[in-house]
Amino acid sequence: MKRTGAQILWEGLLREGVEVVFGYPGGAILPAYDALLDFPIRHVLVRHEQGACHMADGYARASGRVGVVIATSGPGATNLVTGLANAMMDSVPLVAITGQVGSRLLGSDAFQEVDVTGVTLPVTKHNYLVTRAADLAPVLREAFAVARSGRPGPVLVDLTKDAQQAEAEVDWDAAPPPTRHLRHGPPPFADGDLRKALDLIGAAERPLILAGHGIELSGAGRAVLAFAEGTGTPFATTLLGIGAVPARHPLNLGMMGMHGEAWVNQAIQEADLLLAFGMRFDDRVTGNLATYARNARKLHVDIDAAELGKNVSVDLGLQGDLRAFLEAIQPRLETRDHGPWLQRIHELKGDAAVRDIQSLPDDGHLYAAHVLHDLWTITGGEATVVTDVGQHQMWEAQYYRHDRSRSLITSGGLGTMGFALPAALGAKVATPDSEVWVVAGDGGFQMTSCELMTLVQEGLKVNIAVINNGYLGMVRQWQEFFYERRYSATPLLSPDFVKLAEAYGLKALRASTRNEARDAIRAAREHPGPCLIDFRVEQEDSVFPMVPAGAALDAMIRRPFPPTIAASVLAETGADSSST
Amino acid sequence: MPHILVATLDDEPGVLNRVVSLIRRRAFNIQALTVGPAEAPGTSRMTLVVESDEGGAKRVAAHLEKLLNVLKVELLTEKPSVVRYLALLRISAPVAIRSQVLLVGSAFRAQVVDVADDSVVLECSGSAEKLAALAEALRPYGLLELSRTGALAMARGAAPALVPKGRAEETYPPLAMSV
Ligand SMILES: Cc1ncc(C[n+]2csc(CCOP(=O)(O)OP(=O)(O)O)c2C)c(N)n1
Ligand SMILES: [Mg+2]
Repeated sequence: MKRTGAQILWEGLLREGVEVVFGYPGGAILPAYDALLDFPIRHVLVRHEQGACHMADGYARASGRVGVVIATSGPGATNLVTGLANAMMDSVPLVAITGQVGSRLLGSDAFQEVDVTGVTLPVTKHNYLVTRAADLAPVLREAFAVARSGRPGPVLVDLTKDAQQAEAEVDWDAAPPPTRHLRHGPPPFADGDLRKALDLIGAAERPLILAGHGIELSGAGRAVLAFAEGTGTPFATTLLGIGAVPARHPLNLGMMGMHGEAWVNQAIQEADLLLAFGMRFDDRVTGNLATYARNARKLHVDIDAAELGKNVSVDLGLQGDLRAFLEAIQPRLETRDHGPWLQRIHELKGDAAVRDIQSLPDDGHLYAAHVLHDLWTITGGEATVVTDVGQHQMWEAQYYRHDRSRSLITSGGLGTMGFALPAALGAKVATPDSEVWVVAGDGGFQMTSCELMTLVQEGLKVNIAVINNGYLGMVRQWQEFFYERRYSATPLLSPDFVKLAEAYGLKALRASTRNEARDAIRAAREHPGPCLIDFRVEQEDSVFPMVPAGAALDAMIRRPFPPTIAASVLAETGADSSST
Repeated sequence: MPHILVATLDDEPGVLNRVVSLIRRRAFNIQALTVGPAEAPGTSRMTLVVESDEGGAKRVAAHLEKLLNVLKVELLTEKPSVVRYLALLRISAPVAIRSQVLLVGSAFRAQVVDVADDSVVLECSGSAEKLAALAEALRPYGLLELSRTGALAMARGAAPALVPKGRAEETYPPLAMSV
């Protein structure tokens, strides 16, 4: 049967299981939008295409399905670039559909023409320019296969207006399924490699698992726990590894890296075997490579061969699916008990609990870390939290303890401010029954706050915590530590967030003390509609510990002891209360 | 050191751009690049010379294999192989010195492919070093133009399997897309 390209598009999406797309119309995508009315696909009308891309991203991260975004040519398409780059860095499966000028106008600088496949080449796994309706069906099938398979990522299909209007014959069932994406599928694990891995594991006295985002992507959470419990191996997570393994598991040491727990970074430096599972030794987790984990052999398992040996040279690098790897070695693992090593890690915790801001008695000020801690306790750790980028993001990672898979959604690799609100909206669409919270800074929230209207228009119950410190806090912190407190362009004015939210039709509250904060969190949860809370927090607080960029992983700036208890601790331990 | 990579690609518009953009983006340095049709219809073969250490060369190969349009990548530095460049040289050769120019050319087994009043065009293939030496030997006579290709390379010995690993196939229907 003959169909227009526009019809083929929606039919193709339906066949891939797509129920919802996030988008914004315009001239070059009009035929597709016209045909949309005849198909049972929910369209979420955003306020800015970047938001659409982050929504599709949040949708994909919350559900594990492919997120779909649609935009018009030219400015519509270029507005997607940040969102695509974000998804590319964090391995999020997306398919983006963009309208393009008519094929006869290509290359002529026609109205709203941009070389979209050229612009998005480095920020997509693959992209296509489709100029004929007949090519669309196989392209769509391949696009979804590419987005989902191997290391997932965004794929863009740029579709000319005439290709949407022209008719073509499609027989979905007769066409062969796509296979090009399988060309370099990982080879099966060689027995010799498995034996080498088992030897490394068997010889280790101080092993440590570095748990990354790949665990979630491979569905390997249980397998990692079985491995860790069986071999008595503790684990630490990357930022994106949070939630892939439960925070409260006794072997989970917490987050590693620039703002990781001090004892975790110390343990990495003392370990004799690092088991890198689905992580990529990003510079934010390694610190200075020359001094990184010099005592450790390294076993790296990743689906992406190009990650093996990229940043850190490894003793054994295996390309493949993590879960398949763990299932293959599980029956051959020796039961181990690394008691002395766990004891040593316990010692490494040292005075961390005393330095922890949670031990700071309530002095009438509101600290962001307290807000996050209270959010965790009041929601019973059950919420899906979507963060923006900055100090609040790190405090969230430190103080909201995620036990559930896919319950922390955050922009890791690209660190995209403005991500949280739209991504949370996508996450809520994907998992309507979950309690979804945005945690955003006053800076980043203003980057995409227009999507509050989308939230209201879609009738979604999402709660929003704005951690309002009056600064681009993370940058201010760097200026405080490394630029002699010269606060260049970091003090930030904001609108009255309560009035702003009310203008959009949300309920809104403000909290300036810890009691108000707890009450506001409870009230927001009870309110049936979306609710925003403006948390007025301590303005010049910093995230600790901190490994300065490029410093050794164990050269951390530590939170100074709270003055009230510093004296007694000093008397007891003789510890140095200054930084480091 | 220079590493030679041979990649078999889908012969589609834009594929060259994908490869070159990838290598630039990953901050590797291309010394030479040659593309032309490969043995199987619908595929082309690219020979790349990349300046890098061995780990870097392997990573270039791994990155290339992630491109959807790449069927196969071979790192030839690891194996005995034949590497050839081709050069065309226009040499100033008035009648008085023409025979000397031709003598130098024949010492390098260069062919004369064009003769004009005052100049000749020589064609020569071989290693990069040989072609550089030829150009230097002819420079005193007047090297008017030099055009040299990138490398062409092939492993010596038995033919390699078309696709080294994975669940590959070769029968995807060609699409009329211009990317
Ligand atoms: C789009 C974008 N621009 C700039 C930055 C650099 N940056 C990182 S954190 C940060 C400050 C964020 O301030 P705010 O949203 O108020 O959060 P806070 O750190 O105060 O919690 C900035 C500017 C970024 N990550 N993303
Ligand atoms: Mg701020």
